[in-house]
Amino acid sequence: MSTASAPPAAPAAKASRRRPTTDLRPDQVAQSRSEARRRRLPLLPALLFTIAATQLPFLVTIVVSFMDWRALRPDERGFTGFDNYVQVFTNPSIRGAVVTTIVLTATVVLVSLVLGMLIALLLDRQFLGRGIVRTMMIAPFLVVPVAAALLWKHGILNPSYGLLNGVLTWVWGLFGSDSPPQVAWLQDFPLLSIELSLIWQWTPFMMLILLAGLQSKPGDVVEAARMDGAGAWQIFRYITFPHLRRYLELGGLLGAIYVVQAFDSVFIMTAGALGTANLPYTIYATFFQQQNYGLASAQGVVVVIGTIIVATFALRTVSSLFDEENAR
Amino acid sequence: MSTVSTSTNPAVAATSFKSARRKARPEGRSHPIWGILAWAVGIVFVIPVLFMVLTSLHSETAAASNPPAVFAPLTLDGYRSFLGLDGGRSPLPPLLNSLTASVASTLIVILLAVPAAYALSIKPVRKWTDVLFFFLSTKFLPIVAGLLPLYLFARNAGLLDNINLLTLLYTSMNLPIAVWMMRSFLAEVPAEMLEAAQIDGANLPTILARVVAPVAMPGIAATALICFIFSWNELLLARTLTSTVAGTAPVFLTGFATSQGLFLAQVCAAATAISIPVLAAGFAAQDKLVQGLSMGAVK
Repeated sequence: MSTASAPPAAPAAKASRRRPTTDLRPDQVAQSRSEARRRRLPLLPALLFTIAATQLPFLVTIVVSFMDWRALRPDERGFTGFDNYVQVFTNPSIRGAVVTTIVLTATVVLVSLVLGMLIALLLDRQFLGRGIVRTMMIAPFLVVPVAAALLWKHGILNPSYGLLNGVLTWVWGLFGSDSPPQVAWLQDFPLLSIELSLIWQWTPFMMLILLAGLQSKPGDVVEAARMDGAGAWQIFRYITFPHLRRYLELGGLLGAIYVVQAFDSVFIMTAGALGTANLPYTIYATFFQQQNYGLASAQGVVVVIGTIIVATFALRTVSSLFDEENAR
Repeated sequence: MSTVSTSTNPAVAATSFKSARRKARPEGRSHPIWGILAWAVGIVFVIPVLFMVLTSLHSETAAASNPPAVFAPLTLDGYRSFLGLDGGRSPLPPLLNSLTASVASTLIVILLAVPAAYALSIKPVRKWTDVLFFFLSTKFLPIVAGLLPLYLFARNAGLLDNINLLTLLYTSMNLPIAVWMMRSFLAEVPAEMLEAAQIDGANLPTILARVVAPVAMPGIAATALICFIFSWNELLLARTLTSTVAGTAPVFLTGFATSQGLFLAQVCAAATAISIPVLAAGFAAQDKLVQGLSMGAVK
């Protein structure tokens, strides 16, 4: 699956002469066949378990994707070639789900990254009660996602008694008004509502990663720059931000992996209606409501292929993470 | 970029020295406005959680008022409904199921991930970057893609509605992240200490116990915390593969998904109660959480 791997396994004796992708210390390169085998041993349980639990089901999914298999018509099970795939690409609701997934993921990850970075910059400084603020910031990430979705749907976004409209009523009341604007958040802005709840949950995650990056930045370089009279913006632009890039990429990569698969929020808040159905929800609906197993499998395979394409670009990011690791 | 003036005139020198000191102010002391802003942001982010807890302690009528009745009298009615004392289902079996699946899968993950991480950092196999990327790539494939085979396998093996199946699946779900985290934690073991121990003739168990373990233990704690949280939160697999016997806490919560008139306090009570283990674990082990999420970059 990977592209940037070392050249095909040279005989162990020549191990020291080949140029590996990463610079291993000389003592780290396995010096003999039996040494190589011994090193592989601790890895095997995890590796075999992962292969069995993830690759085997996926192979079955691929096979089923070429079948016409609906739960309601079990007698008509048979191979249909690429019919399911044609449906995936021509069906407008599925195409809509792809667009929704991309928009949702990109918006949530980007906004969370930016917000997370700004908040991390704030928390990087000393001030009274910094630990308390950090604890407050972590709270959204620690609420069970289903619980958070329910909270947002009924407690915050509800037009009659939700927190948002309640605050609007209160603020308008301060000015003596009787008719505050009450917005039907989930009806009028369904995708935005879901994005808000996801951003609320994921900004702490990004903030923690970026804060770690900020706290590992070279303090003496910043000190020197300050002595030279560099302004805050210059310090940020030339020292802080390049150092943070690696952490931004890490946060973006991990965030994207998880947000692409976000199911709970869509399921609870809108049940996929009003154009908010993303791919995980659509596949779930095809599987459970339409009971069309063949089509659902084909959708799954398309998602995997799309993710692999995106991941090939992400691979370069991950490689740069690894290179930096080894440059340390 | 302006530079500090180096004039020799005493008056000017005194001024420029002062301005140099002002410019060379250490990172710590900054304008209080930033601290205030940070507090404001923190409060905005935590308000929904506070609102959830507060509403869970209100009566239904108070919870449904607009603007929110912040100072309404507190009551435990919401929690009474949640606990099924009003004739509803008891939440204890789902909570126990969640506990079982989360703890068991976390234990297995640690047992598998630590040796694997060892084989990818301290004594790496030859193509460790490829292996690492393979592990991560299994997270790229959404759970939904493998949902049908898992369902069919579970049905044919009689494992539907069985908490052990969930335990296994959560293990495979968290293993990649655990391997990646443990690898970056173990990569912190100082090479010189390892070499010194080897030169001194220490055998493997000794090296593990005295050189690796002290560095690894915080990493293991952080990884375990993250895995526990992700297992506890998981909904899709649980909902697909379980129902009455092995349903987990998030599945139980989806029973509140439809509106049935006045019930916000009850929902908030359920949401709070089910989040308590994760909230408690996260707050208690905050530093571990931070370490885990930043892959051990923070010491």
